[in-house]
Amino acid sequence: MTMLLDLITGYWWDARDLSNMTRPLYEFLRDQGVSDAGIFVISALLGTLAIISFVGAVAIINIWVERRVVGRMQSRLGPNRLGPFGLLQPIADAIKLMQKEVLQPASAPGWIYTVAPIAFTVPGIAILAVIPWGRNMVLANLDVGLLYILGLSSLAVLSVFMAGYSSNNKYSLFGAMRVIAMLVSYEIPIVAGLLGIVLFAGSMNLQEIVLFQEEHWAFMIMLQPLAFLIYFFSISAELNRTPADIAEAESEIVGGYHTEYSGMKFGLFYAAELINAVAVSAIIATLFLGGWWTYKLDEFIPGWMLLIGKIYGVYFIFVWTRGTLPRFRIDQLLAFAWKWLTPMALINVIVVAAEVLLWNETGWSDWFWIPAIIAINTALCVGLIVFFVKVFAPKFQRFPTRPRFYPGIDVPSLPAVTPPDFARKGGPA
Amino acid sequence: MIDQFGRAGFLLVFAVIFPLIPIVASVALGLFKIRPSKPDPIKDSIYECGMVPIGDAQVRYNVRYYVFGLLFVVFDVEAVFLYPWAVAYVGLGVYAFFEALIFMAILFIGYAYAWRKGAMEWL
Repeated sequence: MTMLLDLITGYWWDARDLSNMTRPLYEFLRDQGVSDAGIFVISALLGTLAIISFVGAVAIINIWVERRVVGRMQSRLGPNRLGPFGLLQPIADAIKLMQKEVLQPASAPGWIYTVAPIAFTVPGIAILAVIPWGRNMVLANLDVGLLYILGLSSLAVLSVFMAGYSSNNKYSLFGAMRVIAMLVSYEIPIVAGLLGIVLFAGSMNLQEIVLFQEEHWAFMIMLQPLAFLIYFFSISAELNRTPADIAEAESEIVGGYHTEYSGMKFGLFYAAELINAVAVSAIIATLFLGGWWTYKLDEFIPGWMLLIGKIYGVYFIFVWTRGTLPRFRIDQLLAFAWKWLTPMALINVIVVAAEVLLWNETGWSDWFWIPAIIAINTALCVGLIVFFVKVFAPKFQRFPTRPRFYPGIDVPSLPAVTPPDFARKGGPA
Repeated sequence: MIDQFGRAGFLLVFAVIFPLIPIVASVALGLFKIRPSKPDPIKDSIYECGMVPIGDAQVRYNVRYYVFGLLFVVFDVEAVFLYPWAVAYVGLGVYAFFEALIFMAILFIGYAYAWRKGAMEWL
């Protein structure tokens, strides 16, 4: 193994870090008399093109992955006609959407209708700028990386409202207003949950957060299991995916905010959802699962390949929840955000602050503190979830006597219903 | 640092171009008559499950959205204060912890008040 590693270490074909390939190129250009500004532009363009081609490939491949995996989970075949295993289905979809007649309602004029799908796509791509793909492979190493991510991902609210309001359709408006209420509510647990990570790493730079995990030899998901759960649930609401897809609930409000969209504009909404899902998976993989660092494994396998593997692992869980879970009602969703996730996230922040304080003030070694923090935070995660379930879950009633969510209304109990005797042998009568 | 923002700006420009490509391609197909374009009043009306839509949809909407918006602003401002605190936390020592504890306690009082008043109910 070491012989094999010697064969690539220190040469330009060392693909474990793609900057090994670009550095000789920049040196060559500098020798040719290209100025620093020119090299900056070339390096930025190379990185940008790499990310854009990744996004394009992902948008095409994930249409197939999503439909195929959900199909298998629901005992269907999924697309299987075009090409081997239906692999050409996304291309056929794209051609079909491209040459479809554009239907724009006559009563919904204006440029906002056209700009909305574009504005919906941009944040998902722009988020990928700060994701570190390797030790030297990051397009924009921003010190405010996490803030950049949070700011961009909250832009989705605006584009959804642009789409819903400019369509001049009542279903679209309902969908848009629901999404805004939901996104705005789930913004708080996301922001408060990620605060714990910033406290541990002492930085909002994503590369620094990965290096923190490398230095302390622990994935952030071990140190922050509660923050991971909070972030995962909240972000699947932000993505309008199935446990929380009240925005486009087909059985209630037709298509939600994109009811009036057709052709390529609808296709952009569809592709943007997949791109956003991958961008969010990349954030989860970087913040919680170590990013490009995976114990000793990243010395043999390129870190960016490991990161892509982790991204697809997280993405599979998103698809899994979509394939199996039913939809929440909007009052349940908002109550979940405000009454469960927000206090949990704030308690988590206080506990993490206390831990970091003790860690710094006592001066004991990491060999004591890292396992201790893992144990404390896992216990906190389990304890808080059990506590909230015990205290706040509505009491189970086999025969409800009044509406559960508004105790003020008194409904007389139903006299006609007598509970059958289930305990008797032979089952219900 | 500013050059890193420049690189992010490069990606932002390409992120705007990326969704423009299919839109422009779709328009170009329309110009070359590959894509059909036969407008008629029924097709161009709003989809409302077969009914003729009555009135405009750009109307005033329910006040309960406003309550959630207000709650969001309160907690988001709190986050704006807490992020710089979290970045500088290690260097600040014990007092930063208790400062944040007092801050959170005040926040929790407001939170409990909002809960008690029913601001978090969707009715």
